[in-house]
Amino acid sequence: MRGPGDRMLRLAAPFRVALQRFSFVLLVAAALLLMMLARADTGLTKRLRLTIDDAVAPVMAVLSQPLRTVHHAVDAVGNLVYLHSENVRLRDENDRLLKWQAFALRLEQQNTIYRSLLSAQVEERRSFISARVIGDSGGPFVRTVLLNAGVREGVEEGQAAITGDGLVGRLVQAGERSSRILLLTDFNSRVPVAVQTTRQRAFLAGDNSNLPRLTFLAGNARVRQGDRIVTSGDGGLFPPGLPVGIITSVTQGDARVQPYAALDRIEYVRILRFGRGTLMIGEHPGASGTERDDG
Amino acid sequence: MTASLWLRLGRYALAVVPAVLTLLIAILGQLPFGIPHFAQVTPAFSLMAVYYWSIYRPDLLPAAVVFGIGLVQDVLSGTPLGLFAMALVLVRGIVVSQRRVFLGKTFAVEWWGFFLIACGTVGFTWLVASLFFVAFLPPGPAVVQALMTFACYPFLMWFLSHTQQAFLRTA
Repeated sequence: MRGPGDRMLRLAAPFRVALQRFSFVLLVAAALLLMMLARADTGLTKRLRLTIDDAVAPVMAVLSQPLRTVHHAVDAVGNLVYLHSENVRLRDENDRLLKWQAFALRLEQQNTIYRSLLSAQVEERRSFISARVIGDSGGPFVRTVLLNAGVREGVEEGQAAITGDGLVGRLVQAGERSSRILLLTDFNSRVPVAVQTTRQRAFLAGDNSNLPRLTFLAGNARVRQGDRIVTSGDGGLFPPGLPVGIITSVTQGDARVQPYAALDRIEYVRILRFGRGTLMIGEHPGASGTERDDG
Repeated sequence: MTASLWLRLGRYALAVVPAVLTLLIAILGQLPFGIPHFAQVTPAFSLMAVYYWSIYRPDLLPAAVVFGIGLVQDVLSGTPLGLFAMALVLVRGIVVSQRRVFLGKTFAVEWWGFFLIACGTVGFTWLVASLFFVAFLPPGPAVVQALMTFACYPFLMWFLSHTQQAFLRTA
């Protein structure tokens, strides 16, 4: 039984080597083709992405659970250590915030009066969906996160994602039960923003660093360190006035913004359902091109 | 007859261990670890697994499977489709053709080989990603990722070699 089998194997060996070489070349060519298709922004690669994301999302949701438990345990220990100093800090902050609250209430009252005087129509139709981050881009080339909510939960492409602190990014891909957010820091992210106090318009452009850059500021525009940046609402994609970040440095016209949201360790986000978003969104976070701009 | 049939079925089942494990490792690398700035420099865990199996059991991790795992990783991490798939298939091809250099040698040789492969792979992906985006992507995170990947290899190698000992002695 052994003899003929061995002979077969010996005969088959060169054939197998040839087959292996062929499959190697074929696979490299297939990868190249896929990249070209992705670059050309076809629906095919997008469908492939949605399918795989949706298929793996439940696995990632389960696997990320123990990681969360570990974070919380570490946080709990950290909190115990800093209990006293944290308490002092919070009392301080509480005092300050109470004053701000009184101030805000007074302003709100004033605003209501002015609005009724002007009979102004205020458009406030916001609702949101909360979602958990189940994956982040493990790699140096893109800044995206994967969420455990999809079309089923009511999210749509183009919607804004925020945390309690501020804007996180934009939803660029909505699958059945998973979706992907392009973070403010990603190379392809462009968000129309305004300087809060002066209302000067600009784009917040990511460049894969931790501090995105302000671009398209009008030539005579003056920005300073410490200026607050909010969404301008231009393009109608994001609601205006969402807190985005604060200018940390201005050197030779290059203004850098520190986002309020801690983009490198987001656990939950809220997806704003703002409506009227009719903007072309790129094929996936990896695609680039001018059509991806929000303006 | 029945016993040997079960034995054979068992062997077939064990033969998928490298592929399944590599896929799981690729997925694990995409989980949110919650460590500040870690996401950008997460070690390329799947690269370590592909390197290991290409030396010790290339028969159980065929190129097509490596391609599929790379594709899943491309999707999950949001990188251009085909980028990591191509990188991993190339790594498998190179390592399989050179595996005699590593077999039966000390771990230092294997680790040194991995250093070259890790640098080559990260450099390659950086170049292709830059071409894809038609932009000069910041190379800093890529360099750190290469070093992290290199530094983490002994840990994953220890785990994989124990897995191989436990499950694949007969398969």
